[in-house]
Amino acid sequence: MYLGDVIGRVVSTAKNETLDGRILLLVRRLSDQRTVVAIDSVGAGTGERVYVCRGKESSFAFLPDRAPSDATIVGIVDRVGNVTVGNVSVGDVDSAKGAEAVS
Amino acid sequence: MVIARILGPIVATRKHPSHEGRKIFMVQPLDPDGSEVGDVFLALDGSPGVNAGIGDRVLVVQEGWSAATAVGPEGQPIDAAVIGVVDAIELAEPLESASPS
Repeated sequence: MYLGDVIGRVVSTAKNETLDGRILLLVRRLSDQRTVVAIDSVGAGTGERVYVCRGKESSFAFLPDRAPSDATIVGIVDRVGNVTVGNVSVGDVDSAKGAEAVS
Repeated sequence: MVIARILGPIVATRKHPSHEGRKIFMVQPLDPDGSEVGDVFLALDGSPGVNAGIGDRVLVVQEGWSAATAVGPEGQPIDAAVIGVVDAIELAEPLESASPS
């Protein structure tokens, strides 16, 4: 799993039927700044820092539905320790507000 | 998943039975702003009834189990599938200003 920021969303009407009603969000991955499309499973929204499950297991968030996914948002980050990922210090964000030094 | 544009179909007469009767597309991955990023690859049509076609901006899943089950039964040699047509992309702010300076 990896950390990312939700920067927008994707609207798709005609899609695989098991994705009906699912929210598709654009997530910019912290480590390399690449943007992926992830299916939301936790009610995340734009501007939030989230963590994303990848691989086959990302589909399991929607069991018993067999939703085709290679990236699923499985958590909204409240706070993190003082760690640098790529060029980003992930401890220095709004969603980490209230997190005093986590050592 | 990635956003990609369908460049066109490929045609193969001899192929795995699980690919029979399925469209096979060449797709070019795109950034949210529409610029091309990464290499062209092949994806089967995993959204029956949607009728995705050339030039469409689509959603492509690149994980084996999901791609295979979107197209048909699991356990088939399929590692990428088109699972939706993108109507719109809504960014909270323009990409450039969203990038760290």
